[in-house]
Amino acid sequence: MVEGEILVVEDLRKYFKTAQGVVRAVDGISFSIKEGETFGLVGESGSGKSTTAFTIMGVYEPTGGRIFFKGKPLIGGVKKRPLSLKKDMQMVFQDPGSSLNPRKSIREIIELPLKVHKLYRGKERKRAEELLRMVGLPVEFLDRYPRAIGGGEKQLVAIARALATEPSFIALDEPTSALDVSMQAKIINTLLRIQEELNLSYLFITHNLSLMRNVASRVGIMYLGKLLEVAPASEFFHKPLHPYTKMLLSSVPVITEEEEKLKPKKIVSRGEIPSPVNVPPGCTFHPRCPECMEVCSKKEPVMIEIEPGHTVKCHLFNS
Amino acid sequence: MKSIGSLLSEDQRESLKRNWHKFSTNPLSIVGLITVLTITFMAIFSPWIAPYPQSWGRWIDFSQASLPPSWKHPCGTDIYGRDILSRIMFGFRYDLLMAVCILAMVVPSGTFLGLVAGYYHGTWIDTVIMRITDIFLAIPSLVLALAICALLEPSLFNSMMAVSLLWWPWYSRLAYSLTSSIRNEYFVQAAELIGANPLYIMFREILPNCLSPIFTKMTLDVGWVILIGSTLSFVGLGAQEPMPALGNMVAVGSKYMPDYWWMTIFPALAIAFTILGFNLLGDGIRDLLAVEEI
Repeated sequence: MVEGEILVVEDLRKYFKTAQGVVRAVDGISFSIKEGETFGLVGESGSGKSTTAFTIMGVYEPTGGRIFFKGKPLIGGVKKRPLSLKKDMQMVFQDPGSSLNPRKSIREIIELPLKVHKLYRGKERKRAEELLRMVGLPVEFLDRYPRAIGGGEKQLVAIARALATEPSFIALDEPTSALDVSMQAKIINTLLRIQEELNLSYLFITHNLSLMRNVASRVGIMYLGKLLEVAPASEFFHKPLHPYTKMLLSSVPVITEEEEKLKPKKIVSRGEIPSPVNVPPGCTFHPRCPECMEVCSKKEPVMIEIEPGHTVKCHLFNS
Repeated sequence: MKSIGSLLSEDQRESLKRNWHKFSTNPLSIVGLITVLTITFMAIFSPWIAPYPQSWGRWIDFSQASLPPSWKHPCGTDIYGRDILSRIMFGFRYDLLMAVCILAMVVPSGTFLGLVAGYYHGTWIDTVIMRITDIFLAIPSLVLALAICALLEPSLFNSMMAVSLLWWPWYSRLAYSLTSSIRNEYFVQAAELIGANPLYIMFREILPNCLSPIFTKMTLDVGWVILIGSTLSFVGLGAQEPMPALGNMVAVGSKYMPDYWWMTIFPALAIAFTILGFNLLGDGIRDLLAVEEI
């Protein structure tokens, strides 16, 4: 445990039993999040990034591995965790439409965490107003119902609810993927401003790489439940190492020629993410990899550190 | 503060108006509503509006016995000279009271069990509650009711108990399936992550979102509960003479078919109209809520 790390994940695994077999949604990933930073988790749909967040938060009980929060191990699912821990970790979900109870007013929604944790007693209303102002919503919203406000505004309410108990860590599970572009910018800016004001740590999950560039301080690339590359955000975009990272970066749409030049050599992305029930042997990425070698289909590469803070899991660097 | 209050009530008025408009576009719903309102009115005010209020009980007037429908007795009289129209009005009273009592027992208990089982989906609590529910559903309901009523002394109260015993599993099944899907919504997970206790999550987060389908089913069920109650009293296991329940009026009258047809036909028609009215109303409410949900 390094000083200043708020969350440490070690060899985290989460398997689901299904009719088709065992799905290894998260299969042995390790990373850490420093205090006040944003750790970005990127991957295609089905790569296990949301499952990672849900397992850290305790919605799912981990199959294996360990999670440390502020140096203390987190044991089991959300029902077994102490109340004080729930005050300190919060989550914002992907779909703002379903994350607010349609039968409750915004006031009831935002005051729920205050009541559960017995915070701001007698001043709940003032705190709720303060939270709405913090996320940039008018105070009149308190008496409205979720159906009367827009998708982006719902997400801001969900953020206000997550902030109510003054947590130090928030998991953001694709907080903007369901919204239109103008609203995305507003929400991202709000999140960044609040992070600075309150010194929050974020686990930011998205499939949008260009968003990562603006938001995250470090980025991890996930593929089929495994982390393939972890790097500081700047290095990640300038010096990607893993062929999968290169493939993702080269498929980001750009507008100007200068931007085009910044991108790695065009790698045509081929194939689709295989079913997590039937994971390819060796390196899970080898069937789609443009630089696939013989060893790739036989042996799984190990995670190695190329530069301080930049690790990659690929046979190209394993020799 | 005051302006918000008046704004809200206007909002509610507006939504009420919109809902009424949606509801009234289907003429059948209106027919159902009018039927139900008429029946309820007759049930509540029967002692005052019945043309012959003394007909409800042990009243004998052989001078008026077994008269066919006429202006004086629009539905005729029975063999004791009691006015059948008056007795039908009182019959609505008993049948509606029975339906309300049964639903008041069945809906909260069934919903509660289904809610708990659905919230603890996949655990032993779920298994125990839902297997018991399945057992009750596996027994043909009328057979069970007949058995219970035959075992106990036949009376309105006992028949109500019997019907309740076979009706709750439907509500527990409905609440179970609703809860099982709603518990996966993000707002329930959010409440769990916040640390709200299970009772709060079940009753304040999940239950309010189950109410409209349950309410619809209740409206539809009033008719069916009356039918099964009438069936029980028809075979002599429900309300007993001289209590004017619609079922036993049909039963008593059927002995004099076809000569004194009015003794059977009018109470039977009353049952049919009651069930039809509640079903049409229930369908209308269901359509209304289904649209609102989206």
